[in-house]
Amino acid sequence: MVQNAENVVDHFQLFRGPEYREMFKNKRDKFENGTPEEEVNRVAEWTKTVEYQEKNFAREALTVNPAKACQPLGAVFAAVGFEGTLPFVHGSQGCVAYYRSHFSRHFKEPTSAVSSSMTEDAAVFGGLTNMVDGLANAYNMYKPKMIAVSTTCMAEVIGDDLNAFIKTSREKGSIPQDYDVTFAHTPAFVGSHITGYDNTMKGVVEYFWGGKAGLAPKLERTPNNSINFFGGFDGYTVGNLREIKRIFDLIGAEYTIIGDNSDVWDTPADGEFRMYDGGTKLEDVAKAVNAKATISMQEFSTEKTLDYIKTWGQETVALNHPLGVAGTDKFLQEVSRLTGKPIPDALKKERGRLVDAIADSHNHIHGKKFAIYGDPDLCLGLAAFLLELGAEPTTILSTNGGKTWEKKVRELLASSPFGKDCEVYAGKDLWHLRSLLFTRPVDFLIGNTYGKYLERDTGTPLIRIGFPIFDRHHLHRYPVWGYQGALNVLVWILDKVFSEMDAHSNVAGKTDISYDIIR
Amino acid sequence: MSLGLAETEDLKARNKALVEEVLKVYPDKTAKRRAKHLGVYQDGKPDCGVKSNIKSIPGVMTIRGCAYAGSKGVVWGPIKDMVHISHGPVGCGQYSWGSRRNYYVGTTGIDSFGTMQFTSDFQENDIVFGGDKKLAKLMDEVQELFPLNKGLSVQSECPIGLIGDDIEAVSKKKSKEYGGKPIVPVRCEGFRGVSQSLGHHIANDAVRDWVFDKAEGKPARFDATEYDIAILADYNIGGDAWASRILLEEMGLRVVAQWSGDGTIAELEATPRAKLNVLHCYRSMNYVARHMEEKYGVPWVEYNFFGPTKIVESLRKIAAQFDDKIKENAEKVIAKYQPLMDAVIAKYRPRLEGKKVMLYVGGLRPRHVIGAYEDLGMEVVGTGYEFAHNDDYQRTTHYIKDGTLVYDDVTAYELEKFVEAIKPDLVGSGIKEKYVFQKMGIPFRQMHSWDYSGPYHGYDGFAIFARDMDMAINSPVWNLTKAPF
Repeated sequence: MVQNAENVVDHFQLFRGPEYREMFKNKRDKFENGTPEEEVNRVAEWTKTVEYQEKNFAREALTVNPAKACQPLGAVFAAVGFEGTLPFVHGSQGCVAYYRSHFSRHFKEPTSAVSSSMTEDAAVFGGLTNMVDGLANAYNMYKPKMIAVSTTCMAEVIGDDLNAFIKTSREKGSIPQDYDVTFAHTPAFVGSHITGYDNTMKGVVEYFWGGKAGLAPKLERTPNNSINFFGGFDGYTVGNLREIKRIFDLIGAEYTIIGDNSDVWDTPADGEFRMYDGGTKLEDVAKAVNAKATISMQEFSTEKTLDYIKTWGQETVALNHPLGVAGTDKFLQEVSRLTGKPIPDALKKERGRLVDAIADSHNHIHGKKFAIYGDPDLCLGLAAFLLELGAEPTTILSTNGGKTWEKKVRELLASSPFGKDCEVYAGKDLWHLRSLLFTRPVDFLIGNTYGKYLERDTGTPLIRIGFPIFDRHHLHRYPVWGYQGALNVLVWILDKVFSEMDAHSNVAGKTDISYDIIR
Repeated sequence: MSLGLAETEDLKARNKALVEEVLKVYPDKTAKRRAKHLGVYQDGKPDCGVKSNIKSIPGVMTIRGCAYAGSKGVVWGPIKDMVHISHGPVGCGQYSWGSRRNYYVGTTGIDSFGTMQFTSDFQENDIVFGGDKKLAKLMDEVQELFPLNKGLSVQSECPIGLIGDDIEAVSKKKSKEYGGKPIVPVRCEGFRGVSQSLGHHIANDAVRDWVFDKAEGKPARFDATEYDIAILADYNIGGDAWASRILLEEMGLRVVAQWSGDGTIAELEATPRAKLNVLHCYRSMNYVARHMEEKYGVPWVEYNFFGPTKIVESLRKIAAQFDDKIKENAEKVIAKYQPLMDAVIAKYRPRLEGKKVMLYVGGLRPRHVIGAYEDLGMEVVGTGYEFAHNDDYQRTTHYIKDGTLVYDDVTAYELEKFVEAIKPDLVGSGIKEKYVFQKMGIPFRQMHSWDYSGPYHGYDGFAIFARDMDMAINSPVWNLTKAPF
């Protein structure tokens, strides 16, 4: 018996005990009708070949292990960034349970959102009653300052009209006549979670600027010197948005972060549960119409939102998840240009410290080959930083990236000799990437938690940057933007590099010639 | 720890007042509906006095999931040698990918597929023109790239039923093309039913129609023995089913199938030939157990492998279905593990004695784990289910004390208010609830995923359960919640 009270063992050791090993073998031999081991090995080897890769890439209908989620997830992400706002997802209720779980597993924080719980009868008759009752209940129970409505694919397939439904709910007294309910259609069968973020943000901005869906006159724009900021869908939103605010404050910029969810996903454990915390004030969303310009940190998260903002005569700047020295330089220069305020010495010093850190460590990264996958903008930011470090991005893959993205990546790669051997894959999934890691091996892989399956299968060490990260804690509390953020990313990369060095040089008398105490 | 009569009456009054209090927040219509789901258990009553398995109310923040979660996420997903296709848009498969910790032995991507996400990733065109052609093509691609799969299942997401796709026709056609390979269409669209529960039922029916019926006439893969049993409705979370199976084998029984954690299609097909089905999660698999009893004459018994008291009861109950040899063996197994159990209880009970627990879980554990807590000297003061039916609440009466607060399909608001008022020493619920209560300074354990620990079933599991509850309640972190200034 492996188990004992003095030293309780759990699944990590328990099932390595001889009794369990024997039990597994017996189960397999007698009852599973399993494939013989040599055949399993043969097929496993075959999946590593170029021939398999060709078949794999010939897929047209099947998606395996995609690196993307659906629109309403992005809708919830965007919605919780507003003061006292409750996301309300119109459709089947299981979806909301999934979004809440997904975010809670990543942030290790509560995520509050409600569903209109549509069932078969709503499929037949539409979900109007669900909306009317749902808004009344959510409003009374959770006392939100605002409700942000989005849709699941069920509501989209049956064609429910949010604007009309919300109007009817007002008429029926579910919510006060002048109560703020923003809305966006977020069909899961179009785009991905970043599309949902975009649609929701556009919905919010359009609601507040464009006359609150007919409740108020359209706003007049009186341009001032402030700037608006969108972070886009971002797993590091807690650390990142705080860093951005620090940078803006150092510059002395007047600014509005639209959709600031950095507090609601980082509330204290002090005896009280805060369903709402922080977030962009609703009056500030309205005032943001007067801003001189809007900066988006992630172009592909905000395409429609920025297009809408342009129609108000605001200048828009779409960046691609700037990460590293040049990326941050460009971001700061844009902020400086737009606000007319110089970049302060404090930030110049931070830049110098980052360059110093890179100089100290670059020799451990130079020439190393990297595969990257994730959201389109994140891939662009990471690739730019790797090029800066003298690393060689070799494979870049974005399941929710498109042709425009692919062109941008190729332009970036062409700008550096370190980018010349890189392949770019838009719309491919992690099973495609598995083939690529076998046929064009790299030294390191950067991606989200699901990359650990690739790490296991291909032996490529995984550096966890992206969304979701379920199996490491608290990374989202650190920024990856700004010079400080780049330093964090540098350290995460280096930690993995050094761990790998030690892991390959730690067998006494065999490999430990290189087991150095100074690296 | 039984309370005096007066104390029990006080408790009941307090709990009734609590229920009244939470109902005040609702609009009248909603309050009326919710009132039926909140109650205080009265000793001697046949159920817990709450209504169940009724539609959730829009906008209240129900904790429930959907039929897809019940079928793909719970019943079918763990069958390891089949490829389960999340048919529809990308999200559902993504959110249910690998998060339930259904452990299995196998080479993922080659002969096992449990922690993979196969989806048809519906686009607008698929909605407009239907997804059947895409599904057929997708099946060919699965065959080509994953040749060692032993079958496929089609797990329908919401749009499938709404756009009128014929996944049954596609499945039949392709099964024929692949020489009779099991291909199982499952109509578990998320809008069906009121919770995960209908998804379990639909998944069970799919086993009946697409596995059992198709396997009739196939030769048996092994010779039957009089000691053949099947474990039903253990999903092997953190290895639960393994920690259970080992005990059944130790008492001389032969476990021919595990449903569905670490399960295979061959095991499903073999189960109607078993002599007995033992059923852990009654809620999610009683349907197929009843079917096998009616059609194949296989009897079934419910059992409970949480905590030594219930394990002992269950081992004897199972053994009672067999001959003296097995009965003797059961006693030997009980005796063998007794010292371990004594040692675990000696170590942990003093640290946990008298601690109060509130539970809110799915369809089984709100009652099933109570014995394990009591083995450690703890008391369950409130419990409720996401998706139980009335027969679950009837069964719950055998576990709970007079005056226990019972909440069905509780809303986030209600649970928070109940916990605030009762101030239990531990809350056991899910990931969506975990961080809410920890912020309130209340120790918490996830009782769906075992908080990434486990197994909790069986004797081996109880030691871990005890360790983990101690870890939760006696962590120094809870002394830090309030700042000294």
